Amino acid sequence: MAILLNKNTKVLVQGITGRIGSFHAQEMLDYGTNVVGGVTPGKGGKTHLDLPVFNTVKGAVAETGAEATIVFVPPPFAADSIMEAADAGIKYCVCITDGIPAQDMMRVKRYMRRYKAENRMRLSGPNCAGTITPGQGMMGIMPGHIYMPGRVGIVGRSGTLGYEAASQMQARGIGVSTSVGIGGDPINGSSFRDILELFSEDPETDAVVMIGEIGGPQEAEAAIWARDNMKKPLMAYVAGLSAPKGKRMGHAGAIVSAFGESAQEKVEIIREAGHTIIPNPSAFGETVERVLAGLAHAG
Amino acid sequence: MDIHEYQAKELLASQGVRLPRGGLAYSPEQAHYRAQEIGGEAWVVKAQIHSGARGKAGGIQLCRSEKEVEQAAERMLGRRLITSQTGAPGKLVNRLYIEETIHIDREIYLGFVLDRKEERIMIVASSSGGMEIEEIVEREPDSLVRCSVDPGLGMHEFQAREIAFGLGLDGALIGKAVNTILGCYRVFRDFDASMLEINPLVVSRDDLVALDCKMSFDENALFRRPDISELRDKSQEDPRETFAADRGLSYVGLDGEIGCIINGAGLAMATMDMIKIAGGEPANFLDIGGGASPERVAKSFRAVLQDKNVKVILVNIFAGINRCDWVAEGVAKALEEVGVAVPLVVRLSGTKVEEGKAILAERAPGVIVADTLSEAAERAVTEWKATTGRAT
Repeated sequence: MAILLNKNTKVLVQGITGRIGSFHAQEMLDYGTNVVGGVTPGKGGKTHLDLPVFNTVKGAVAETGAEATIVFVPPPFAADSIMEAADAGIKYCVCITDGIPAQDMMRVKRYMRRYKAENRMRLSGPNCAGTITPGQGMMGIMPGHIYMPGRVGIVGRSGTLGYEAASQMQARGIGVSTSVGIGGDPINGSSFRDILELFSEDPETDAVVMIGEIGGPQEAEAAIWARDNMKKPLMAYVAGLSAPKGKRMGHAGAIVSAFGESAQEKVEIIREAGHTIIPNPSAFGETVERVLAGLAHAG
Repeated sequence: MDIHEYQAKELLASQGVRLPRGGLAYSPEQAHYRAQEIGGEAWVVKAQIHSGARGKAGGIQLCRSEKEVEQAAERMLGRRLITSQTGAPGKLVNRLYIEETIHIDREIYLGFVLDRKEERIMIVASSSGGMEIEEIVEREPDSLVRCSVDPGLGMHEFQAREIAFGLGLDGALIGKAVNTILGCYRVFRDFDASMLEINPLVVSRDDLVALDCKMSFDENALFRRPDISELRDKSQEDPRETFAADRGLSYVGLDGEIGCIINGAGLAMATMDMIKIAGGEPANFLDIGGGASPERVAKSFRAVLQDKNVKVILVNIFAGINRCDWVAEGVAKALEEVGVAVPLVVRLSGTKVEEGKAILAERAPGVIVADTLSEAAERAVTEWKATTGRAT
């Protein structure tokens, strides 16, 4: 079933009556996602986009049996909405919101650990483009048509760079099992490694593309983990060759502040761990094609 | 967002951290008056700029008379101070902080950061203060004491005590160190700091005094920290970045000559990588964000053209929630209203790409249209080389 999301996953939209939430909820419905309702405190009992609106996530879960949620709540209130979802028994939450204070995210992560592993919600984002399982469901803001169904997993920080990868692959007839945006913030719900663990176990994913950038330890950590634990090929690109130290490049987390956080250093660590480096952002398509051809040959 | 040393010290003082007596001066006369007010026989005149390593650059001067204080102020004010961290343009000195000198027995390093691996506030301290933390890590790794704080529970007194003993302090200094560490923690937590550094924290006989202090704050949290937002000093920023930030654009000025207008931080960095690989250098990072209107695109051109070094502009849009027709409208608008005298390479992809290309063909026929990222970067570099007379 690819990972995290399939055509049966019942999805809620938190912030469904807002301008942005409303627009993307419609796009998700048009894509065929099984959206079952929305949450906006104070608007419970109303109907929006022909979907029931609830005051609380618990209320929505009780009525609809929802197991996943996407958060379009503005930054001052987003952390609270994520914790509400975790407490309501949601299994998977995607947070799109950009601009959540870092200390709020620390508290969110701490809060989620209150629950036993088997009941614990998985979060991806914030500040991401979302998750899509092509042909089945989309929890996000991406242009769905550039993703072809297939057997290559994508995990990345950046939304638009992920689109670039998916469309280069589509141009060569290569499809995607699931694409997961983990977001550009310094403290995020799922790390690269968390998502690689899922792809590693997924029988419908043959290889994985990891799209990293400057800042933080996650790309290196994932590369080491994959060297020791993942049997599928991992291909990686790290953006930010020309980023100077100490300058924040758009994303709150895209800043080189310590050793091992520059693009060059990360590329070196990933290469050392034995993975395939995608040398430039125009080479997603050709690199994936070459690696898949190698797999077919070996198989 | 960075703030000045004197501002950081005011925040520390509000939490009971001990500091040398000092005062702010905007003129040599005021500096003289401050020295008189503080009293004593020696003073330190400190340039207030957003950079470390001020001492080596002449931004910190010891003076032994009020006259010397005035002369030092005369020399520093209105100048640009170039340190190892500011880059070539340096930072404008328009405020000075005049402080009493204090007796120094020992120098300690005390730093607070948001640790991305632990996802917690991390405290790093060292008994070898007075040098940069990178240098301490390299030269005196055994002197480092670390402690992380559970975000659900906050910092406890015993943790601060462990740090204090770990630094080799004893007697009455333990209680003072605990107060200082917990005070810093409260400032960090309550004002959404992203970095707080006291270096050095000085043992001065039986007292513990914060001699220098640096702080940065989480820009995502400024909406709820109006007192911190007010401390922003635009004179310390790259004027190109201030221009863009005032218009709600995410922009970082760089040293190259190829201006960039892109959607998404990751794609922006990747496009800059492509320019570099193709043999050019980007003049800037600029992310127009999602759902950008034609007006916003035109504004981006204004921001990029603030930089007089820009010889070519590259627009690269992969529209998801953006619309290529709006971007094309914005390009046409910029050509008509802003006036773009440099070659312009545009690559559009994604939502409404055909409509966008049609608008460009009709209203901006001089624009070089590219279909792929590599083609766009290569064309931009070729144009740049042709414009600047570099051999291809």
